[in-house]
Amino acid sequence: MALRAQSGPYFGDFGGRFVPESLVAALDELGEAYDLAKLDPAFGEELAELGRSYTGRPSIITEVPRFARHAGGARVILKREDLNHTGSHKINNVLGQALLTKRIGKTRVIAETGAGQHGVATATAAALFGLECTIYMGEVDTERQALNVARMRLLGAEVVPVTTGSRTLKDAINEAMRDWVTNVATTNYIFGTVAGPHPFPEMVRDFQKVIGEEARQQVIDLTGALPTAVTACVGGGSNAIGIFHAFLDDAEVALYGFEAGGEGVDTERHAATITKGRPGVLHGARSYLLQDEDGQTIESHSISAGLDYPGVGPEHAWLAAIGRATYRPVTDAAAMQALRLLTRTEGIIPAIESAHALAGTLELGTELGPGATILVSLSGRGDKDMDTAAKYFDLYDQEHPK
Amino acid sequence: MRTVGPVIRRRNDEAAGALVGYLPVGFPTLDESVEAAIALVEHGVDVLELGLPYSDPVMDGPVIQAATQQALANGFRLTHGFEAVRRITERTDAPVLIMTYWNPVLQYGVDRFADDLAAAGGAGLITPDLIPDEAADWIAASERTGLDRVFLAAPTSTDARIRQAVDSSRGFVYAVSTMGITGARSDVDEAARTLVARLAEAGAPASCVGLGISTAAQVAEVLEYADGAIVGSALVKALADGGVEAAGELAGELARGTRPSEVR
Repeated sequence: MALRAQSGPYFGDFGGRFVPESLVAALDELGEAYDLAKLDPAFGEELAELGRSYTGRPSIITEVPRFARHAGGARVILKREDLNHTGSHKINNVLGQALLTKRIGKTRVIAETGAGQHGVATATAAALFGLECTIYMGEVDTERQALNVARMRLLGAEVVPVTTGSRTLKDAINEAMRDWVTNVATTNYIFGTVAGPHPFPEMVRDFQKVIGEEARQQVIDLTGALPTAVTACVGGGSNAIGIFHAFLDDAEVALYGFEAGGEGVDTERHAATITKGRPGVLHGARSYLLQDEDGQTIESHSISAGLDYPGVGPEHAWLAAIGRATYRPVTDAAAMQALRLLTRTEGIIPAIESAHALAGTLELGTELGPGATILVSLSGRGDKDMDTAAKYFDLYDQEHPK
Repeated sequence: MRTVGPVIRRRNDEAAGALVGYLPVGFPTLDESVEAAIALVEHGVDVLELGLPYSDPVMDGPVIQAATQQALANGFRLTHGFEAVRRITERTDAPVLIMTYWNPVLQYGVDRFADDLAAAGGAGLITPDLIPDEAADWIAASERTGLDRVFLAAPTSTDARIRQAVDSSRGFVYAVSTMGITGARSDVDEAARTLVARLAEAGAPASCVGLGISTAAQVAEVLEYADGAIVGSALVKALADGGVEAAGELAGELARGTRPSEVR
């Protein structure tokens, strides 16, 4: 079977539905609505039109030769999801799920968010479609992404800071699931990544695979050939699966996912789930996760809120297990250096998440050497990260209040 | 082996039904959680449900989350669960079920977990985030060891899923009384009555209703139609606020609900 044809609930040994019975009916309803929508040309056309006239699809590709000089002579081409409306790839998925919400007749949406990009995208879609919206965000993340909190509130969403557990993305997911269990009759959960219970990994992937479908043709048009390698950052893994998917059956194209290595994978402060985790169940699916001997989730760490997650989507776990994709860690420091390098050499400020893919690409380029072409998912822009970057690179004046 | 079915049947014969009491292991300390569980039984709780603290408890409300987070911070380990079961069953006759999220069992090893639970004198497992569809390993392990397995049924469950929950469970089926997470509510949902009727129609030997019960009157109301009433958050709150003695006292008060003449 073609790798692209793999659908849920299981990807090899990974995936499934490890959820309270109270959620099964809602997951079934969503899955059935999605299966019907897939077969309905009107749904596909409406989504494509939103992509064109609202998101700004297709997103362009940009070759970055000045950056590529630091990558061993390989050609480096960026897929510019940072140019989408709301500033990241997250909008692709959110518009699809918001359309589905309307089809199943629900009036309220909830979402979890880490960096705030998925929350902003969901609040945006809720404003566009006139849906009530509540966003759960770990308190740690509301502090380091205060600008996105303000954006969501301006868009009319209620933002709930989550104070339980590690107060980051995983706890926001727990709280959103609790809300969904309680309010399932009126509420749809717009899940932000390719993790979680079936049908989310398959559905979110399908809404994101447009990234790779566009980019595959764009790279062929530019270079006359497929790329040597495709790279992306991996937290839950939605931009990565989005750009990988079109290439899964192109055996000659290597796929690399770069996980958040934090302060180093030999320390306790990282979020390199596939590199350092082992299979287990979290948030409704069996996949790799960071956990202790007793199966308690270990708190992850990354300078990037969007990658600060101790789990990963089951399709990535499967691609790692069968050897189709390779996953490597990138430290906070390497990501921040790559962020500055792209900014200084090309005038493009990437999100810190996407900077992990750039840092991994610099190393990969030196391994592949001249003649290689590397397609990088530039999943988001760095505006939201200015405070983090300003502190990291000491860019504020001394008298700045922070 | 001490299982829950006979106790629930006996309590329905001699009273209105069974009172099931929940407490997390290791809260506020391992010793106090053991003493509190024993106090519950001494004051009229018929079946114990011991929760294993877990880092990501999606079915728990704020009271139980706070308690289990404290237990984890105090160094809770899975082996403490087996130790608690052993110490409690040595000193009481009540059957003890473990309530646990699935990943800890998976990491311990499903067969090894079943063996160690049976060896400690435990009655079985309640698995809030394991649906029968994903439970082949646990069903096999519980068949082999004779442990009870309690799956959940919800008001939104289809008839086919209700049948699956009934066919897969042994001991009782856990009827989720509201579409919510755990936490005391002023009214136990009318939806529970319908759900229990549907479970009975599907052939459930016993159904216990949980999530939302906090008073003796609610226990009595639930036992009019269900075989057991499950109380969690209210007991944990009593333990948190007033210690072992307060938890025992609340259990005694709740147990009056199993004798309806006393609460009318």
